[in-house]
Amino acid sequence: MANNNTLKNAVMAAILTAIIVTPVFGLHLVRQGARTVMETQWHMVAIASAAVFAFQLLRPWIAKPFRALKFGIPTLPAAPTRGSRGVIALIIVAAVVWPFFAGRSSVDIATLVLIYVMLGLGLNIVVGFAGLLDLGFVGFYAVGAYTYALLYHWGGWGFWEALPFSGAVAALFGFVLGFPVLRLRGDYLAIVTLGFGEIIRLLLINLNTLTGGPDGISGIPKPSVFGMEMARRSSEEGTRTFHEIMGWTFQNQHMVIYLYLMALLLALVTLLVSTRLIRMPVGRAWEALREDEIACRSLGLNPTRIKLSAFTLGAMFAGFGGAFFAARQGLVNPESFTFIESALILAIVVLGGMGSQVGVILAAILLTVLPELAREFAEYRMLVFGLVMVLMMMWRPQGLLPMKRPHVELGK
Amino acid sequence: MSDLIPQLTQQFFNGLSLGAIYALIAIGYTMVYGIIGMINFAHGEIYMIGAYVGLVTLTALGTNSGLPVWFIIAAMLLVAIFVTGIYGFSVERVAYRPVRGSPRLVALISAIGMSIFLQNWMALGQGARDMAVPALLSGGISIPMGGQFDVMLPYSRMVIIVVTVALMVALTLFIKHSRMGRASRACSQDMHMANLLGIDTNKVISFTFVLGAVLAAVGGVLIAVTIGKLNPFIGFIAGIKAFTAAVLGGIGSIPGAMLGGVLLGLAETFAAAYISSQYKDIVAFGLLVLILLFRPTGLLGKPEVEKV
Repeated sequence: MANNNTLKNAVMAAILTAIIVTPVFGLHLVRQGARTVMETQWHMVAIASAAVFAFQLLRPWIAKPFRALKFGIPTLPAAPTRGSRGVIALIIVAAVVWPFFAGRSSVDIATLVLIYVMLGLGLNIVVGFAGLLDLGFVGFYAVGAYTYALLYHWGGWGFWEALPFSGAVAALFGFVLGFPVLRLRGDYLAIVTLGFGEIIRLLLINLNTLTGGPDGISGIPKPSVFGMEMARRSSEEGTRTFHEIMGWTFQNQHMVIYLYLMALLLALVTLLVSTRLIRMPVGRAWEALREDEIACRSLGLNPTRIKLSAFTLGAMFAGFGGAFFAARQGLVNPESFTFIESALILAIVVLGGMGSQVGVILAAILLTVLPELAREFAEYRMLVFGLVMVLMMMWRPQGLLPMKRPHVELGK
Repeated sequence: MSDLIPQLTQQFFNGLSLGAIYALIAIGYTMVYGIIGMINFAHGEIYMIGAYVGLVTLTALGTNSGLPVWFIIAAMLLVAIFVTGIYGFSVERVAYRPVRGSPRLVALISAIGMSIFLQNWMALGQGARDMAVPALLSGGISIPMGGQFDVMLPYSRMVIIVVTVALMVALTLFIKHSRMGRASRACSQDMHMANLLGIDTNKVISFTFVLGAVLAAVGGVLIAVTIGKLNPFIGFIAGIKAFTAAVLGGIGSIPGAMLGGVLLGLAETFAAAYISSQYKDIVAFGLLVLILLFRPTGLLGKPEVEKV
């Protein structure tokens, strides 16, 4: 009887799949000049239906090992414990030494990974620690990037002078935008922050005279080394570049490694600050608020102030990340700050396990390196990415490496 | 100054037809929210899929096959309704049912994942570039109102308004008088109690998703015919705007969604005409933020009391 039901379900699922796939893949629209014609590709429909049919039929058998896996993955402590300090030091040393022996492109990718680590850790404060779903995080990233770009464009500021301002301006945006919206409930908050992120992007596109519109601002200088430029030739008369002072021959690789080390430094600072914060009273308050807002309020914590601190700090780290992004790319335009970018950073936090810093770092590496490795499958990237988000929520909503909350058992 | 009245009438008509589309999509948001309390982030993508299915049907029938225009449009609508209904059903089954009962944010993230998936699903199948939709209903009625400016009522926009009004009336009657409508009202009041009284709540939830998808598909087909082009990413902005409309009217309330859609369409059209067309999206998003800040329950919504 049970088998009969499985078969019936499988047939139903296969029929539905056929209907779903037909208008998208089965009947392919092709433009021929001004006309649109259609090509039939029934084999796609047949393959998809057969796959779904087989999957539905075998589901009882497939589900079993998955269920075992669900409880099989270990949890990790939220923050590094005393015993693991040696390991961490070793990892940091390895991360510092590694680029000198690696190829240019892999160092470049590693720099990108570190930017996402920074952003992931920043968003982790908001989403993971404080439990506020922020879908407009990329807006603050954009604010940071444009702050540096505009300070350079209109004031000729260098990276190091602009960096604190980028963080501060992004934090200010977080504070001002956060203040009115943080009393909203979870999912409304998510939509409002999404709205803010889009408004910031649309303003960047439309304020042509200030931001350069859709083209953005280009020619942004890379960070200097203690005031010395790191370029083939110095841009100003009378100053010497870094490689001239050191007596090296100029190599592009130096710049790449330097940028990598900067990113590493910024990511480590973010990690350190957020690790300390979560153990401070304010960090405890974030977690308490995430678990139960009403209980918090009745214990005399001010929810708005606590949420605002998380929101502002998260925005600040996004601002730092943005400034570094602008310096690395050399140009900023609104294209880099779409909602998909927010979703990607959110996916890093969700995949890693909300609140888990090690998890966030691993997820950032995973989500940045995998697409680079699988470049020939680039068009499937976002498709798989969406699917992974759905599957993660079903299978393991707490993330790959969820945080183990430090707690004390009462003695018997 | 004598052109002011005709121009206002023209903008009003354009805004009304745009608002009708928003209202059609907004009903899907509001019904799902009313029943299971989640924001169906992938709803805008269902609308996009509806538009594509319409275009596929149109191409299959052929634009100059000699069939009457009303027949072609009716066929587009029916096929789109059928296919997107199945999309709505499947999306709920695959992405939302397994996470029902989890915290709100889990369901929302799942919905965001589904939305990204569907966009790229279509981009992979039919290409990410703009597709042209052949003009089916060109022309319109031109009404001279004195002055230099004639008010132009294109047939395609008239169809939008007529179809939307018909669907709204049908929906209202359906919710009010049919067995399923009564069950869905019961579920939105108290899901547990409805379940205890023998209502198959899973069926009602599935039905809600199908109904929402069907209305969004109608909106998608009509807008594709009117605007004449579409791409796989039109659903995102349209979805956010329809959600704004649902919130404006009071989420959970069906008449609210209709009212909110029309108001948003009018606000956007007038903003585009009298402020700047580049700022029309900002007006919509700004409106969303302002409503949520000052009146989160919307115009016709009931306040929600948080219980311990």
